[in-house]
Amino acid sequence: MKFTLKIWRQAGANQSGELKTYEIDNISSDMSFLEMLDVLNENLVQKGEDPVHFDHDCREGICGMCSLYINGRAHGPQRAITTCQLHMRSFNDGDTIVIEPWRAKAFPVVKDLVVDRSAFDRIIQAGGFVSVDTGGVPDANLIPIPKDTASEAMDAATCIGCGACVATCKNASAMLFVSAKVSQLAMLPQGQVERYSRVEKMVAQMDEEGFGSCTNTYACEAECPKEISVTNIARMNAEYLKSKFTSSDSFAGKS
Amino acid sequence: MATVVNIFSHTIGRKLIMALTGGFLIIFLIGHLAGNLVLFVEDSQLAFNEYTKFMTTNPFVKVLSYLTYISIILHVIYAIVLGRMNTQARPVRYSYNKPAQSSTWNARSMTLLGLIVLVFLIIHLKSFWFELKFGAVPMMEGTDLKDLHTVVIAAFSQWWYVIIYVLAMAGLAYHLDHGFQSAFQTLGLNHKAYTPVIKSIGRIFAIAVPALFALIPVYVYLTQNNIL
Repeated sequence: MKFTLKIWRQAGANQSGELKTYEIDNISSDMSFLEMLDVLNENLVQKGEDPVHFDHDCREGICGMCSLYINGRAHGPQRAITTCQLHMRSFNDGDTIVIEPWRAKAFPVVKDLVVDRSAFDRIIQAGGFVSVDTGGVPDANLIPIPKDTASEAMDAATCIGCGACVATCKNASAMLFVSAKVSQLAMLPQGQVERYSRVEKMVAQMDEEGFGSCTNTYACEAECPKEISVTNIARMNAEYLKSKFTSSDSFAGKS
Repeated sequence: MATVVNIFSHTIGRKLIMALTGGFLIIFLIGHLAGNLVLFVEDSQLAFNEYTKFMTTNPFVKVLSYLTYISIILHVIYAIVLGRMNTQARPVRYSYNKPAQSSTWNARSMTLLGLIVLVFLIIHLKSFWFELKFGAVPMMEGTDLKDLHTVVIAAFSQWWYVIIYVLAMAGLAYHLDHGFQSAFQTLGLNHKAYTPVIKSIGRIFAIAVPALFALIPVYVYLTQNNIL
């Protein structure tokens, strides 16, 4: 297969970037999108040019490292997959493919298609954890949890933190990510200790990082490779408001 | 108190204001529409003017009307505050974007739709509310009632004025279709069984209420110009 690629090239964080056009040929329809970029980079290196920088790690859709805004959509045209799971058969021979990095103030470009997503890490550090006792390993299933609750918490926990929700949101809002991280712990007994301070701290950090606010367009849910539900956003709203209006140890009240 | 102030400096607190004021304005629309339906009745002059007097003098209605003014102002202010925050969150825009694949047009265009409603509101308030409060609306003959009915009928007898109303109500319909269910989501009310029902009620409301509002000037225009 043959493609015309328009790729965002940017030498560094503080430099200006532009879309550069590359022609690529002899691509197998069974190649993944990232393998296609590997071929392009091989060609560029052979020609002595700077290869295109892009994030990738596991290449099996579970690490959340790959990104890319492909032809106007986060992780490309297919539903519920990451870019590494996207295959070239999803495109037509001769297509022009536009590839851009995630665009958000909170995700500054490091180089080319690589963005810095450590804002997500700082949100997790702010409250996305549980307190545990030291000592011996507790028995499995010691704490009874209803199956439905466990499943729903697990669904929220499948979030890989890739940032597609932010990338696709017209407001560059991180509400789907943060709500998934709040939900997975708020629903389980182990997460009750920091339940209210957690949601307040994580939302405060989310705002601090410069993400936008949610206008409920639900584009995040549609583009999420793990199909995280916007029900989590409603749950986070409820948790937050409950905390603000009823919790005696309101994080904000203390400060 | 610090907690209360703090809520409104964060995203979710600001959105709460949007949801609550929006929700109140949705309820306001029902009341406003119910009263206006009087205009469909033949010889509605006395009934409409009595209704006008009730709406401007009843103390309970007064409280509601002040709540409505506050809701409109807060809804607009926080739309601007949140809108600015959202624009700043993406300083470099995509050079190629296909948002229609993942969200609806009206969900993405709430600012534009809101602006249409706001411009309409200014025209609407200038024509009737301002005239009634500060202008010179004549008295209805043989009564102590201000004759707003005649002012309304005169306004709706102009074709261009009717077109403004119909277009604005189309804008309101799209605004409500997203806003109705969005308010519930922001308040944290999302439920497997109830959310689809809320969305359906929202859609019916978003079509029926603006349609009935738009029908009033159209009906008056047609009857006044002897077309109907």
